[in-house]
Amino acid sequence: MGAQTTIEKLEILADAAKYDASCASSGTAKRNSAGGKGIGSTEGMGICHAYAPDGRCISLLKILLTNHCVFDCHYCVNRKSSNVRRARFTPQEVVDLTLSFYRRNYIEGLFLSSGIVKSSNHTMEQLVEVARILREEHDFRGYIHLKTIPEADPELVHQAGLYADRVSINVELPTDAGLTRLAPDKSARQIEGAMAGVKADIVEAKDNRKRFKHAPRFAPAGQSTQMIVGADAATDADIVGKASRLYDNFRLRRVYYSAFSPIPDASAVLPLKRPPLIREHRLYQSDWLMRFYGYQPGEVMQATEADGNLPLDIDPKLAWALKFRERFPVDINRASKEELLRVPGLGVRAVGRILASRRHRTMRLEDVAKLTVSIAKVRPFIVTADWRPVLLTDRADLRALLAPKQEQLELFAA
Amino acid sequence: MTSLQHVKLGTYYVVALPEADDFDFWRERARGLVQCDVPPDRVAWVEPGGSGSLFSHGDRRIPVPAADAPPVRASKAFVNLAKSAICHSDPERFALLYRLLWRLQANPRLLEDGADPEVRKLDELARTVRRDIHKMRAFVRFRLVEGEADGEEHYVAWFEPEHHILRTNAGFFVRRFANMKWSILTPSGSLHWDGRVLEEGPPAQRSDAPQGDATEDLWRKYYASIFNPARLKIGAMLKEMPRKYWKNMPEAALIPELVAGAQSRESQMVAAGTLEFEERPDTLEAIDKAIHACRKCPIGQLDNHAMMGEGPQDYAKGFSGLMIVGEQPGDQEDLAGRPFVGPAGQLLDRHLERAGIDRRSAYITNAVKHFKFVNRGKRRLHQSPTAKEIDTCRWWVEGERAIVQPRLILAMGASAARGMLGKTVSITKARGAPIALEDGSELWVTAHPSYLLRLDGAAQEEQSRLFDADLAAVKERLAELAG
Ligand code: SF4
Repeated sequence: MGAQTTIEKLEILADAAKYDASCASSGTAKRNSAGGKGIGSTEGMGICHAYAPDGRCISLLKILLTNHCVFDCHYCVNRKSSNVRRARFTPQEVVDLTLSFYRRNYIEGLFLSSGIVKSSNHTMEQLVEVARILREEHDFRGYIHLKTIPEADPELVHQAGLYADRVSINVELPTDAGLTRLAPDKSARQIEGAMAGVKADIVEAKDNRKRFKHAPRFAPAGQSTQMIVGADAATDADIVGKASRLYDNFRLRRVYYSAFSPIPDASAVLPLKRPPLIREHRLYQSDWLMRFYGYQPGEVMQATEADGNLPLDIDPKLAWALKFRERFPVDINRASKEELLRVPGLGVRAVGRILASRRHRTMRLEDVAKLTVSIAKVRPFIVTADWRPVLLTDRADLRALLAPKQEQLELFAA
Repeated sequence: MTSLQHVKLGTYYVVALPEADDFDFWRERARGLVQCDVPPDRVAWVEPGGSGSLFSHGDRRIPVPAADAPPVRASKAFVNLAKSAICHSDPERFALLYRLLWRLQANPRLLEDGADPEVRKLDELARTVRRDIHKMRAFVRFRLVEGEADGEEHYVAWFEPEHHILRTNAGFFVRRFANMKWSILTPSGSLHWDGRVLEEGPPAQRSDAPQGDATEDLWRKYYASIFNPARLKIGAMLKEMPRKYWKNMPEAALIPELVAGAQSRESQMVAAGTLEFEERPDTLEAIDKAIHACRKCPIGQLDNHAMMGEGPQDYAKGFSGLMIVGEQPGDQEDLAGRPFVGPAGQLLDRHLERAGIDRRSAYITNAVKHFKFVNRGKRRLHQSPTAKEIDTCRWWVEGERAIVQPRLILAMGASAARGMLGKTVSITKARGAPIALEDGSELWVTAHPSYLLRLDGAAQEEQSRLFDADLAAVKERLAELAG
């Protein structure tokens, strides 16, 4: 077999990266290439340059440096004992690909991770080297996300943060037990230790910049992590609890959820079927509730059912409202912002518009209807000048009334 | 409101804009018109190429406001939205903006009223334009051409924006590709950047743009590979990347094929996953480890421990060649981590003793490795495994059997028998005689001791007797097999 061509390697190493959920390129420092020698800009909001048929955005060139790996994590297609085709890029090859894609406006930058070759440190050095060549030799000002390697030397992780916009360290599984079982080579303590290190570096760099204008930036887009959902028996309540601890302890910018998907050559300990994608969606919704709607993690957990999981047929906000009916209806003309944010069907945007509009008029049902996507969903939970849901909140069949008709959620279901 | 001191009654004014997106020009005229108290229904706005037929007799000379005319007020929010909205292709946009500006004079906080239809319309226009701007930033695809004269690299894109956003969007491309030579061609105009100066050019045609770029093959390969076929969500894709943009995106041509192939790719992924199923651990320790992690069937997800069989496997060290298979661990076994320690186990011990079989000479295990139960208050109530669960778990007990290599297997109960045979047999019919197995060993079937525990009186006596008889036959046959 001859040497692999770039396109063959790209196929293998992009395919191996497709299980990673994050592709975000937002929220970093503002930069452009005017006055420089190189290329690239970042303007706060990242750009999705394409969407794949799986509905996910493509904003970064997301690849692995190599899919060779000395670890043997069961959920991972690249684990040592797996039979997949292997390939390996040199740092320079990744740099060339990134630049030629960037010049054609295909991408916002690079998201690089890697299987572990030789040692954690060796691998981490290679990742850092890619970022170094991009930044120093090509004056690349686009976005870089580096996934750090567990157990890499903190000094290498620190270097990564100096070149990258974002660094991430995957917690992989929501419970320590799950990690022990499915990723025998990884340790939860190690992973969280690395997160704590990155957090400290971020805080320190921010501090320094307040005092010295030219202090180096460190991962200005913060750190993120990913959890695999459905590979072990952890419930949504476990997952939400874990995520909120991570947000609190390590000031993570984002926690991503990735529904476990069957991987080629899967380990025998894994389910051969993926969990419903809708579950992943419900978890993201609950994440939103905590980040933008003022829900406490405990409240999201209250929305789960007896088995600890969020209902799949209705969204978590509606589930919460149905459990706490005594908190409704909410008076659109008088309620506080916090109360309005709890109304199923009212998004942050709609609440903002209601608050502004009601200074000018006494809101009637039709006014609310103009500001929301679906008044039918909102109606049972609100009072307006001309509307009061007398019986609706007490109706036992409210859930059935409000749950969306059985949607075709997965194309191949049944 | 309409004090018409400056305006001749019955006069209509026609304002012709030089460019479709010229906000400054519009603002200039609108301000003057407001100061002259010209109500919105007296103004017609005409964009380049448009006709003002309705007002063709209108006056194209705009009245000049008096020097002391009051200033025109507009909130910052309005200006921002208007700057975006003016780029919309809706011919009514100028008139809408003017109506809002007019109303703002009487109600400076008008824009806060999101329920007002004109405010909503403005919002919507501005949002649509912002989206089009964003999509252009996303979906422009440059292609590389070598400059004929200078041999320099030149990147050229063809794009078809829906609204008048080319000029507004130029800054983004200049900031991003500051040190690159590029052109963006559109049906309504073009932009050219040479690394220092931005120039506007005439409308172009698709054929003016280069048709291909070698790197597109790499990009398409990337696009196809990064997509996970197990997660097809076509609606989500279409929402963000509507078909109208596809024709100028090289990767979009792959979509139909990717979607069509997704199901088979997913099942390949799953099938590839099943393969490893065939590679079973070949030591008891490895099986022990593997069943602790196993969740091939739902039983493994209950809050329980997996349990291995126990006993000798070395004929030189006291192994009699007998393997005893039960159904599954029970509550007590699950807690103790050892097979047959509960009431059924104790009963079994008594019968074995009576038959003269030394329990320590047999390898004792279960057909199903995890305890299946339902919670009833504080108690965990035993539940029988389904045929499917037994068949799934058979993987492991067969692994044990392959390692232990018993001469004779005693399966107790229907579940155990199924675990050995892969099909259900009737205990009553099958007991008392050996069933030959493929590997040359013999299977004997009997009742499960827990069955005896549930009986009483005559029925229990009868079943105990049969059980003893089965054990006695096994003991005898074992001696024969040992030779
Ligand atoms: S009962 Fe058997 S098949 Fe089911 S999870 Fe446990 S070991 Fe795996």
